Amino acid sequence: MSTIKLTVNGKAVSADVEDRTLLVHLLRENLNLTGTHVGCDTSQCGACVVHIDGRAVKSCTVLAGQAAGSNVTTIEGISKGDELHPMQLAFRDNHGLQCGYCTPGMIMSSIDIVHRHAGKLDEETVRQELEGNICRCTGYHNIVKAVLDAAGRMKVSQAAE
Amino acid sequence: MGVEGIGASVVRKEDRRFITGKGRYVDDIKIVGLTHAHFIRSPHAHAKVKSIDTSAAKDMPGVVGILTGQQIVDDKVGNLICGWAITSKDGTGMKMGAWPAMAPETVRFVGQAVAVVIAETKNQAKDAAEAVVVNYEELPAAADIRAAIKQGAPQLHPEAPGNVIYDWTIGDEAATEAAFKAAANVVSLDITNNRLVPNAMEPRAAIGEYNEAEEHFTLYTTSQNPHVARLVLSAFYNIAPEHKLRVVAPDVGGGFGSKIFIYPEEMVALWASKKVGRPVKWTGDRTEAFLTDAHGRDHLTNAELALDANNKITGLRVKTYANLGAYMSLFSSSVPTYLYATLLSGQYNIPNIFAEVISVYTNTTPVDAYRGAGRPEASFVVERLLETAARQLKVDPAELRRKNFITQFPHQTPVIMAYDIGDFGASLDSAMKAIDYAGFPARKAKAKSEGKLRGIGLSCYIEACGIAPSKAVGSLGAGVGLWESAEVRVNPVGTIEILTGSHSHGQGHETTFCQLVAERLGVPISQVQIVHGDTDKVQFGMGTYGSRSAAVGLTAILKAMEKVEAKAKKIAAHALEASESDIVIENGEFKVTGTDKSIALPMVALAAYTAHNLPDGMEPGLKEGAFYDPTNFTFPAGAYICELEVDAATGKTSFVNFVAADDFGRLINPMIVEGQVHGGLAQGIGQALLEGAVYDSSGQLLTASFMDYAMPRADDLPSFKLNHTTTLCPGNPLGVKGCGEAGAIGASAAVINAITDAIGNNKLEMPATPDRVWHAIHG
Repeated sequence: MSTIKLTVNGKAVSADVEDRTLLVHLLRENLNLTGTHVGCDTSQCGACVVHIDGRAVKSCTVLAGQAAGSNVTTIEGISKGDELHPMQLAFRDNHGLQCGYCTPGMIMSSIDIVHRHAGKLDEETVRQELEGNICRCTGYHNIVKAVLDAAGRMKVSQAAE
Repeated sequence: MGVEGIGASVVRKEDRRFITGKGRYVDDIKIVGLTHAHFIRSPHAHAKVKSIDTSAAKDMPGVVGILTGQQIVDDKVGNLICGWAITSKDGTGMKMGAWPAMAPETVRFVGQAVAVVIAETKNQAKDAAEAVVVNYEELPAAADIRAAIKQGAPQLHPEAPGNVIYDWTIGDEAATEAAFKAAANVVSLDITNNRLVPNAMEPRAAIGEYNEAEEHFTLYTTSQNPHVARLVLSAFYNIAPEHKLRVVAPDVGGGFGSKIFIYPEEMVALWASKKVGRPVKWTGDRTEAFLTDAHGRDHLTNAELALDANNKITGLRVKTYANLGAYMSLFSSSVPTYLYATLLSGQYNIPNIFAEVISVYTNTTPVDAYRGAGRPEASFVVERLLETAARQLKVDPAELRRKNFITQFPHQTPVIMAYDIGDFGASLDSAMKAIDYAGFPARKAKAKSEGKLRGIGLSCYIEACGIAPSKAVGSLGAGVGLWESAEVRVNPVGTIEILTGSHSHGQGHETTFCQLVAERLGVPISQVQIVHGDTDKVQFGMGTYGSRSAAVGLTAILKAMEKVEAKAKKIAAHALEASESDIVIENGEFKVTGTDKSIALPMVALAAYTAHNLPDGMEPGLKEGAFYDPTNFTFPAGAYICELEVDAATGKTSFVNFVAADDFGRLINPMIVEGQVHGGLAQGIGQALLEGAVYDSSGQLLTASFMDYAMPRADDLPSFKLNHTTTLCPGNPLGVKGCGEAGAIGASAAVINAITDAIGNNKLEMPATPDRVWHAIHG
């Protein structure tokens, strides 16, 4: 067992976990942040994507210990109070989700995609970048639309800040 | 239509919890005293269980209990059953082999559970499971249909000699034979319909909780139909009587059919919670999902089409072997029979049809309904045959289809179904226009000049949805009625709760069902709450599958709404001193026509509950229920056209365009309908190009993870062009047909027809991987 200290969604937290514990399990079991999901056991599906120090990472590929001292953001931490993140709004407005299970990981990956491409995105790029996130419901059509829509919204909201 | 009424693309009410991480799935639930289960599963496809040694494991840290198959038999927990009886052509019943929830003696597929370890944590349960020693005696396995029906094949169940579950026929064999004898042309095709793994993104999970003082059980589970789960667990599996069992299916992360069935793990979690005296949680991992979720499809078919000299179809003859896996899953028997062969007429006027279906056991995961369930297999047979016929007869595939379309309705096919309405020509026209079908030869020539092989493929599908008229399915062997129930509660303050037996696991019922209320009463959907997925809250229900929730579930709500409205009108008339027949409902108010007198819904509701001034003899309250049993299936239909290019050097396929023109009758929420089509198309295209469960000859599943089984990813798929044509369904008052499965039913034939057109070789099996396509081009 080890005590892991890290920052999650802006709050300093600590948890006593077995050394083999994955970050996703620390988030779900110890911190009750159940928005981050587990959809596979081979780091393929992306349902568990969170941000570690601002970069999208599959939290099932990271030991909790490896995340010690880092700044983790989960799906629960991206809205500002009642004000949803532009990516969340774009997923809702474009019907980019159905059962909702892959959605947190999709949103966390997509925010990172928009940041890395500085908003310069086209359909082909979005489709290639979403390679690591599997959705079984939407056929990706509306997810792609949502990401392109959000890229525009995020530019606007950045400009406003 | 109001801004939130029927036909409006209202943004979904349920989305906020999902996009903020506040969804509540089974694995998110924690209960005081919770323990965790890990199953010990057979590594062999066929073996005798000689012994299970738990001595080292039982004292390991955190272990609460280890339970085996023998204990579940000793406790008289019932075997898993198949609830749809199929009778063979010789009059004998189907041969159902015994399927205990954990195997005491014999395992028949890799992944079948033999024991379960229950511990304080999941890791402790896994660690202890490693220390359980199971001694198996391996038996020879039959891993596919051909191996199972061979002379001398390993026998799975003593009940089923030759591994045959049933040999069933439909249609007039002699008349069909005569049609083939008289035919000017006959087209024949061998078809493999590849085995698929549903792979809802949320793995199955269950929590069993036993309250000793109340002798009451609760099961939280990933179910598309919690009431059916309760019925089966009590009536057949003897785990708890119905009135002492609550089944809750909270947010469920996709189903696609795979979460209809009651599986061993849910039974064991519930049973074990009483055995160990603690709540027991099991959450499957993805490999367990691959090994134990019911698979889909897996047919071998020979199909023949007879045509006269004018290219009119005169007969269709089909022989199909269906692989049902090692055991008969809950509705498995119906999928390759009544959900498959009854759709073999497709959109065409075919006077003579005969089909024989032989279902067999193999040492593989059980097979049952997966999105479309029998109808994709039927549509693939018919649409591959039509395309093949057009090529053989050197006629345009669109024209051959058009020449044989059914144009008069109602239309009785030779295989049970009575199509109520449709306009197949309109769908085909719409799709052809959208893809510029006329311009294709020029595009193909241009592509050829650039070294690319371009192809176009059509698929005109029909499906039977709105499952189903209870009397009709009862006469065909179904063990349950397939009506739906609803309750409408108007609260004293005028807000409304709709309790429905339908279950939403991605379909958006929490929005679309509110839209009906908004349409009828003119109240905002924010004042309406949909309650579903809990047998303690909802009176009863048959659940969500077979594209039935709008046609059957929403109609049940409508029927309950009508009763509420009738009572509310009486109360309003009494309050306004008007005639009941003069009351109309507009914008949440009950008005006396031709006057300015009105009373708002909350005042009517309050009057109903205060009961101070109700019409004489009226009961207080404003709450009504309804059961709705449909009179016929519904028949969504449409035309899909795929245009693509094949790289001859690599065999890789690239989409140029994919258009869909569907007729779903009235659309409640077009945005949600289109989302359903997108998802279905992805699964149909996935079957055509990527997906396939592969077993080796010993029965090992080689594709048991997302590393090995090719799920469609964003860059495998195109954006889709969707169109709608509309004929309103006459069978239900809303005119709806259902849209959940269409894409998965129609897409795969369009893709394979397009690739085979591009490469000029009709022999190509699914999934059409680059390797297979390359070999089809180069031999």
